This record gives sequence, C-alpha cells and structure tokens, in this order.
Amino acid sequence: MAPLLLAEDLRVDIPTPLGMLHAVRGIDLALAQGETLCLVGESGCGKSLTALALMALLPTNARRAARRLEFGGRDLRAAGERAMADLRGERMAMIFQEPMTSLNPAYTVGDQLEEVLLRHRKASRAQARERAVLLLDKVGITAAASRLAQYPHQLSGGLRQRVMIAMALMCGPQLIIADEPTTALDVTIQAQILHLLKSLQREFRMGLILITHDLGIVARVADRVTVMYAGEIVESAPVAELFAAPRHPYTQGLLRCIPVPGRTRPEEKLGVIPGLVPTPIGELSGCQFRNRCEHARPDCAAPGPSLVRVRPQHGVRCVLAQ
Amino acid sequence: MLAYAAKRALLAALVALTVSLACFFLVHLSTDIAVAMAGEGARAEDIDFIRKQYGFDRPLGVQYAEWLGRAVRGDFGDSLYFRIPVAKIVWQRLPVTATLGGYAILIALGLSIPLGVLAAMRPNSWLDRLALAIAVVGQAMPSFWFALLLMLLFGVTLGWLPISGSDTQAHFVLPAIALAYYAAPAIMRLTRSGMLEVLGSDYIRTARAKGLRPMAVLFKHALRNAVIPVVALAAVQLGFMLGGSVVIETVFALNGLGYLAWEAILHNDFPMVQAIVLLIALIYIVLTFLADLANGWLDPRIRIA
Repeated sequence: MAPLLLAEDLRVDIPTPLGMLHAVRGIDLALAQGETLCLVGESGCGKSLTALALMALLPTNARRAARRLEFGGRDLRAAGERAMADLRGERMAMIFQEPMTSLNPAYTVGDQLEEVLLRHRKASRAQARERAVLLLDKVGITAAASRLAQYPHQLSGGLRQRVMIAMALMCGPQLIIADEPTTALDVTIQAQILHLLKSLQREFRMGLILITHDLGIVARVADRVTVMYAGEIVESAPVAELFAAPRHPYTQGLLRCIPVPGRTRPEEKLGVIPGLVPTPIGELSGCQFRNRCEHARPDCAAPGPSLVRVRPQHGVRCVLAQ
Repeated sequence: MLAYAAKRALLAALVALTVSLACFFLVHLSTDIAVAMAGEGARAEDIDFIRKQYGFDRPLGVQYAEWLGRAVRGDFGDSLYFRIPVAKIVWQRLPVTATLGGYAILIALGLSIPLGVLAAMRPNSWLDRLALAIAVVGQAMPSFWFALLLMLLFGVTLGWLPISGSDTQAHFVLPAIALAYYAAPAIMRLTRSGMLEVLGSDYIRTARAKGLRPMAVLFKHALRNAVIPVVALAAVQLGFMLGGSVVIETVFALNGLGYLAWEAILHNDFPMVQAIVLLIALIYIVLTFLADLANGWLDPRIRIA
C-alpha cells in the first residue's frame, strides 16, 4: 500500500547574515495510515521546521526543496499556497507546542472550532456547532456545549490543548502533526493529553507524526522512531528495536540520559552528552555529531556517511555501522 | 460588559469632577480676577466694587460649588468680552469644531490604518518605506506650517479650495487635512507595529494551519487584535487634535471653539476660558470612555475578567 506521507531528500534552507542555514538536510520520511512516527532530537535539530515544511507553513524567508513530497499520492511540491490551504485543516492538521498562545484571544472557542468546518465543508453554523460539541466531548472536556461561548483566557493550558486537538479533528484529517504538544503542560496533564491523542489516532486511523524530545513519551506511543541531529536523520527504527539495540552513538547517548524505573539505582549518575547541537550554517561535511561523540575516529570527518540499513527497518548514519 | 461599562463610566465621572476643580482653581489662582476685570489704572474702590459685585470676596470653595452647580445646568455666566451668555456663544461655535474634528479623524483613520496594515504585510518594501517617510515628515512638520503650504498650493496656486471661513463643506477640506496629518503618523506606525507583532504570533500560525484563506487570516484573526492598542491611541490623538484645532482654526479663520479659545485668552475672558477648557476636557473624557468601550468589545480579556 502506498504510504500516506512520503518525503525524500526534504531540505529547508534559511538565509542568515552568517550564511545559508541548512536547517533540514535531506530527510526521508514515510508514514502509513494509522502509523505513529516519533521525531526525536534536541532543540534546534530541525524537527519543528521539518513539520512546518510538510504543512507548507514555513516562515517566508525559508526555502523548501525535496526530491519527492507526496501526501495521499499527491505531489505536494507542485501544490501552490491555495491548494495547500485547501489541504490544511481538511486532510492534514497540526497541533502546536504552546496552547497558551495558539488560540486567538479575541474569539470564542466555539467560533474557532466551527470556522474549520465552515471553511472546508458546506456546513451550516448549527452543523459546525454540533460537530464542535461532539469533539469537545470526545477530547474529554466536560460541559462541552457551554464551553463554546468561552474565550481562551478562561481555560487552563490543558483544556486549551484539548481544544487544539478537537480543532485538528474537526474535518477528520488523515494526518496529524503534533509538535511537542505536551511540553508546555504539567506532568500529570501531559500523560492525559498523550493518552488522548493516541486513542483518538487509533479510533480514527490517522497517521500521527509526534515531535518530542522526551524518550519516555516515545516508548509509550511510537510505532517508529526517527532520531534527528543537526538537520539530518541519524537513526530510524521500529520503536522496540531502537530502544533494545540503538546503533548510533547519539541515540545511545539520548537513551542513557533517561532514568529507567527499577534499573537506575538511586545516586547513580545519568548520562550526559557534552556540548551543544552545532548550527548547520554553510557547507557541511562528515558526521556532525563527531565533536561530541565518544567513539569519534579520524574518518568521521570524511564526506558522508550515508544512512545504512543495518536491518530491513533500521537505518543508521554512522561509520561504526558500515 | 455592563459591569465593565459601568465601572468605566464611574471613573470617567470622577475624572470629569477633578478636571472641573482644576479648571476653576487654575484660573482663580493664576490671577486676581477682580483686578483683571477692572482693567489697567482702575481705582481701588472700583476693584473692591467688582469683587463684591461678582462675589469674588467669598471663600473659593463656596464660589466653586456655585460655579459647578450652574455649570451642570449649562450656565457659565456672561462673557466679559461679548457681554452675552457664554453658553450661547459656545453652542454656536461647537458645530464648526465638531465638523472639523469629525472630518479630520475620518481622514486620519481612513488613511493610517490601511497604510499601516499594508506596510506590515510587506515590511521593508517600497510601500513600507514610503509610508514611513510620510509619517516622519508628518510628525516633524509643525501643523500651522503644513496648513500654510496647503493654502498656498490648493488655495492660491491651483485655486481649487477656499482657504478661509466656514461657510460651506468645502471650507473644511484643507483644515481637516492639515489636522488629520497631525494625528495620522502615530496611528499608522502603531497599526504597523501592532500588525507585525500579531502576524508573527502563534494564533496566526494556527489560523493558517486550519487552512483559512489569507484574507480571513488577515482581517478576522490579525486586524482585530492589532487595532486594540490603536483604539486607545486614536482617542488620545483625537484629544490632541482638539488642542491642535486652536492653531488650525486660527490659520484658516474658522469660527470654532479653538478660535474662540484664542480670542477669550486674548481678552482675559475668564468665564469663557473656563467653559471652553471644561468642554474640551469633557469631550476628551467622553472619547476615552468610548475607546474603553470599543476595547472591551474588541478584547474579551478586558470585558470578562
């Protein structure tokens, strides 16, 4: 079956005063219907820009290029702004990191939910309202009908993120991209929101791309994990395999940073990856992680390395794996 | 909304009372009115007579209470210069200033808000730079000088428009433009910066992620939030325009409140000065109150605490 979303050699370049910033450098992604893909990596590694590039919501100065970029069999590279706007909210939806600022303070929750359906479907106000109430109920908001008249500032962060999720579901999209949807929320709320997202995805058989830097989340929800570093994919594997046998030193480092209940002893030091993600400006060559890597060798600076298949579903970009 | 409006109205009433105090006492403290009324070289008995006649010998508090009590009923006494009731003259002149101010604010808002929005949509484009240049020139140029330039070009050289008097609507065109150009730059620049900020906000990204059309994003989601600070500024600018109309009305010989204020000050016509200052302050207070209401309507965070 053809994948729901397919990207090959996806690139995002942003001109800066210091030179061209290669924020996303040749990423391959494939997502099947009903599948959950987690994009993992530190801040600044290009996860969010990848998501915005897929939605064609990049800042105006950013340039997107790809060898292939298909959604539901349709070539998105040829789609203009008008065609993309028809798709957004209708067949592909996005949930953002900041529920506190992602809703318009001047309009009621109901208005903002209803306008999605009114924009994409031939629906009446009453039908849109009915759908909004149904979905607010679905995302676990009590007294859904009375919430429609409330303004965002009257809701807590957790409730606002539930509203954002309901908004993304208004037209029943095939793909949801969630960019760190729980980062700004309390820990107890985080779990609820994730659980909700996952169960809705199963119910509606949507493709889900979840961007996060929290590997605890990944372990619970992902089918497949793609680890990004400095705008590149460094490792990609089914979730169980990635956690059991990570091959890239960066992935291994990330996994050592999280405590495992029952295995990590009190007082034991957690892993730390020294240094910071480099800013990919100008011409880049070799492995970008080599300056922070404990296994670095002279040939790490050589051009490449390419993503190597160590197993059918498991790709690694590292000289150690070749 | 009702509770909010009531709170604002109460506040406006308190401000009005304070202004009336200032308006009364400033005139009484700045000079001995009896001496000024008697004129130069008056004998001491005459001054005393005037003092008793007008009740200036009583405590100021009593005089204020009496003045306010009559002012509330629209009685500001007789003009010392015109020798007829102040209220009568003020009511005659008010329409001229109201017409001038009304046209000016329409021109100012009609020009500055669209220009500010366009400049924000294409920052650093030629249009943005042109708008900025117009704004800087407008802010830097004294309004009386700009008024004279307008008169020279459209009145004298081209002969399109009358330059003096208030007989027809055409008489208001040049003064309204001069007055509007005084208020427009600040409104335009605030619209531009507010719009730029809003266009970069998360909820605009959300609106685009929903697939809304560019016009819906711009006018429904962005503009409403961007004009909230502009409303408050517009009220203040309109108030400044009332002050600016003293100059503009004098330049264009419009028989309005501004011109009247100038005459009254020139002739030491205290009752008249007090009445005009109070009236202009009241207009200002009403404008601010209306701006508060408009903001409450635009921004639910203000309306629903």
